[in-house]
Amino acid sequence: MLGSSGSEVLVRARGLTKKFGSFTAVDGIDFDLYRGEAFGFLGPNGAGKSSTMRMIGCVSPPTSGELAILGADPVRNGPAIRARLGVVPQEDTLDVELTVRENLLVYGRYFGLPRRVIRERTAALLEFVQLADRANSKVDPLSGGLKRRLTIARSLINEPEILILDEPTTGLDPQARHVVWDRLFRLKQRGVTLILTTHYMDEAEQLCDRLVVMDHGRFAAEGSPRDLIARYCSPEVLEVRFDPDVHDAAADKLKDFSAERIEVLADRILLYVADGDAVLAAVRANGLEPLTSLVRRGTLEDVFLRLTGRRLED
Amino acid sequence: MAPASLALPPNARSWSLSFRAFQCWLTVYRRIWRSSIWSSVLGPICYIGALGFGLGTLVDKHGTASLGGVSYLAFVAPAILATGAMNTAVAEASYPVFGSLKWNRIYIGAQASPLRPADIFRGHLMFMTMRLAMNCAIVMVVMWAFGAIRSAWVVLAYPAAVLTGLAFAAPVAAWAVTVKIETSFNYIFRFVLIPLMLFSGTFFPISQLPAGLRALAYATPLWHGVALCRAFSLGTAPSDPIGMLGHVAYLSVLAAAGIWAGARTYRRRLYV
Repeated sequence: MLGSSGSEVLVRARGLTKKFGSFTAVDGIDFDLYRGEAFGFLGPNGAGKSSTMRMIGCVSPPTSGELAILGADPVRNGPAIRARLGVVPQEDTLDVELTVRENLLVYGRYFGLPRRVIRERTAALLEFVQLADRANSKVDPLSGGLKRRLTIARSLINEPEILILDEPTTGLDPQARHVVWDRLFRLKQRGVTLILTTHYMDEAEQLCDRLVVMDHGRFAAEGSPRDLIARYCSPEVLEVRFDPDVHDAAADKLKDFSAERIEVLADRILLYVADGDAVLAAVRANGLEPLTSLVRRGTLEDVFLRLTGRRLED
Repeated sequence: MAPASLALPPNARSWSLSFRAFQCWLTVYRRIWRSSIWSSVLGPICYIGALGFGLGTLVDKHGTASLGGVSYLAFVAPAILATGAMNTAVAEASYPVFGSLKWNRIYIGAQASPLRPADIFRGHLMFMTMRLAMNCAIVMVVMWAFGAIRSAWVVLAYPAAVLTGLAFAAPVAAWAVTVKIETSFNYIFRFVLIPLMLFSGTFFPISQLPAGLRALAYATPLWHGVALCRAFSLGTAPSDPIGMLGHVAYLSVLAAAGIWAGARTYRRRLYV
């Protein structure tokens, strides 16, 4: 199946809907995922990202709408499709009583791989995630970052065409996150299609060729990180913070400055402007002295705020 | 890419998929079998020793006509075999099933592979059956060592005991996967297992119970398991082939119902 851009469509959804009782988690979304791309679902908790991932992972039946994965129906061909997917779940499902190597063995057996093949792949995969020296350690004492890397190695045991990652770096420290990003980037270079959810804008910017901003089970916007920022955000953002006593009064006064848009958050005020330094100078000239100020470029966080009126990590 | 190339022949590889899940449990068990084996050996030694010899000496002094004229040791040992199967079954089918969803999340990990919920269930049930086979074999060796066996028919007490265990393991696992809070298991232990263990003709013949309770005991699976194991161990089975078939049928129906239900409850819980 080829999409309009000429590359192969691996996942196709039309009007995809998931309901739990009267609650609609995913509300009729349409998308096409192409081979070789990294596609992100960005949104706050409860936006419907994980429900979408579970449907793509063939472990949750759609309530209505169409879904085709690798050209097949996930409800009828679940086992055959899952044999070609890799899944990195939000919470690790490693067996902590087993060793690193045994976790890969057990998982490889789930896919019906011969032990010899598992042995060979285990060596290469542990090398890839930089865990070769821990092959015979138990999983329990490993740090969160190492466990995540092991989960990634395990998800690759069947050499999947599509790797599904649900919040791949949530709960990791910054350094561990960068290692995970680096490995995922390499996988993408090798041609593995990545589908990931995240509520970190930096993660989406680092990894995704294309992403959708998801809120209340729907897509609020769709595009590359750069497109989305260009479309929904000013070139620069001026962040100012005032004494809580004068916060509201300052916010009122700032509305007079010709910002494209202004967002008043609980602890700071964001002004969407073309030239942050110039506006900051004008603010000061008018006798408003912020406690702190920061001029930065627009980010996906701003896009999200603009589209949904909420912050990502709330 | 034609969808047809993706299709698995329906059910054709079903047992091989279940077997993959079973192998996972084997790998885990290889790490912990040493500690589990001790309780499997010491349990029956304590029970058969204390009841068969301790209590048995007192009982035998007062005549054993109501036991069918055999020593209390010979009477109680096969009941301990069947009860042990029940206890092993419930232990393996309760917390481990719940934990595979909530604690170590083995089921959740397995679900991302080609295995279907029914394969995950059947694979775990195979492992439970293996644990039953191990523990029942140990009890039989202890019975033999204590001289509690009266007949060569006892070889059939072994599959009978495993079947008794399976009649508990399958339905309990089918239920355990639906349990939301782990304290629910205490109700089973307190209000089902202990009464069954006491009033299923295990430590005293069911003829000692009031008529109403006796009818109730006949309806419980453990009574059938105990009666079956005892008839084989004492060698009385050939005189009541219809009764034996009845026990086997009852236990088989219960096990089959559990296997049927488990495939559905697992799917309902995992595929949502």
